[in-house]
Amino acid sequence: MLKKPHYIAVILVVLVVIVLFKLPGPSVGRLKLAISGLFLPLFGLAGSAHESALQVRGALVPRRQLVDELEELRRQNDQLQMRVQQDLEIQNENEHLRTALGWAKQTRWNARLARVIARDPANWWRAVQIDLGRRDGIVPNLTVRTAAGLVGRISSVGEARSQVILLGDPNLRVAARVPTSGETGVIMSSSSAPQENNMVDFGYLSGSSAINPGEEVQTWGVEGGVFPGGIPIGRVVDVRINEYGLSKEARVQLWANLSSLEEVWVMMP
Amino acid sequence: MNWLHVTFILAAAYLAVFLEASLNFPRSWIGVQIDLLPALMVYTALTNDIFVIAALALFGGLCFDALSANPLGVSVLPLLAVGFVIDRSREFLVRESIYAQCVLGAAASAAQPLVTLFLMLNLRVAPSVGWGALWQWLVLTVGGAIATPVLFAFFDRVHKAFDYQPAHQSSFRPDREIKRGRA
Repeated sequence: MLKKPHYIAVILVVLVVIVLFKLPGPSVGRLKLAISGLFLPLFGLAGSAHESALQVRGALVPRRQLVDELEELRRQNDQLQMRVQQDLEIQNENEHLRTALGWAKQTRWNARLARVIARDPANWWRAVQIDLGRRDGIVPNLTVRTAAGLVGRISSVGEARSQVILLGDPNLRVAARVPTSGETGVIMSSSSAPQENNMVDFGYLSGSSAINPGEEVQTWGVEGGVFPGGIPIGRVVDVRINEYGLSKEARVQLWANLSSLEEVWVMMP
Repeated sequence: MNWLHVTFILAAAYLAVFLEASLNFPRSWIGVQIDLLPALMVYTALTNDIFVIAALALFGGLCFDALSANPLGVSVLPLLAVGFVIDRSREFLVRESIYAQCVLGAAASAAQPLVTLFLMLNLRVAPSVGWGALWQWLVLTVGGAIATPVLFAFFDRVHKAFDYQPAHQSSFRPDREIKRGRA
């Protein structure tokens, strides 16, 4: 037989959970941020420990190696500056042509570096938290990427940190295209094994589409969409025909390594 | 109720959720992060009363959901269910046996994600669950089986460090004392 304290404890917890389930979305979001705020001291400590480890590592690197790397970076910087000047000329030309044709101007993005401070502890979501928040000008739906390619988008924003849902999460679908053939489809969560964190499905391809393994996939950049066009996503690994040959589905290996994300770029308008 | 003991359990839940979120190990190796809360619930249910079980379910579940994309509160009821079932069958369980601890940890770690998934599907939230989820479930079960005896050993050490030790019985018996000298 259940004793009275058992009834009280169980009923209290069940009531709290029912109230939480019935709360409106924005209130739940605020409550989540408030509770996860309890972890800020530990995240701060982890960040300081990371910084200290980097400093120690920096102190242990031989001076000769640092000088060599500095020289190499200077050379790369010179090359990149020349390329930027060339790109600026092309950009100006592009803007003149767009104005002449009456096309909408392309948005310029400022990239801001963010550190990944936590990953989703539940195994069925793909999400991370970064150390930039509302006070840094972050708003929902901003594009998040690495130098290699697209990572995801900002889903919720707190005062000092934000949640990013990653490619492959069931809540993130990205309109994508193959630049060489112009085939378009949707990047969505993968049906393959969970160990393959860097694999996503490229679905809704027409049955007659000529898509081949090895081809690159980029964001499509449809009007009114979240992601700007032309951001590299990954490359096609294999293609399969769905039932009755009406559509095709490809598996895409992502350029960005989502398993070992440490720093990401948030593209701010 | 020993408040120091309750504080240690809640602090362990807080640390467990933080470690699960901040460490990329073993996720980067096997694609799954091990959940320590069911193992902690097994320990709590075998050593504490229902109010501590409820407190751990509420605090641990809310902390977990707050750092996750889960609906807030969805992990609370499965944890409470695990703790409640173990609490009700406490008299039949040998909690000192490592084998029993492993089996209970495995069962709790296997049941908790299934109940959570059932709740989420009822809330019309569709997480990423395919055939690969079987692998995740298997790793969570094995991880729970390994983590439970480790948690028991850890909390035993904590008790030894912070609790009053029972006074040892002296072997001196006054009725057996040899009286010297004249009676």
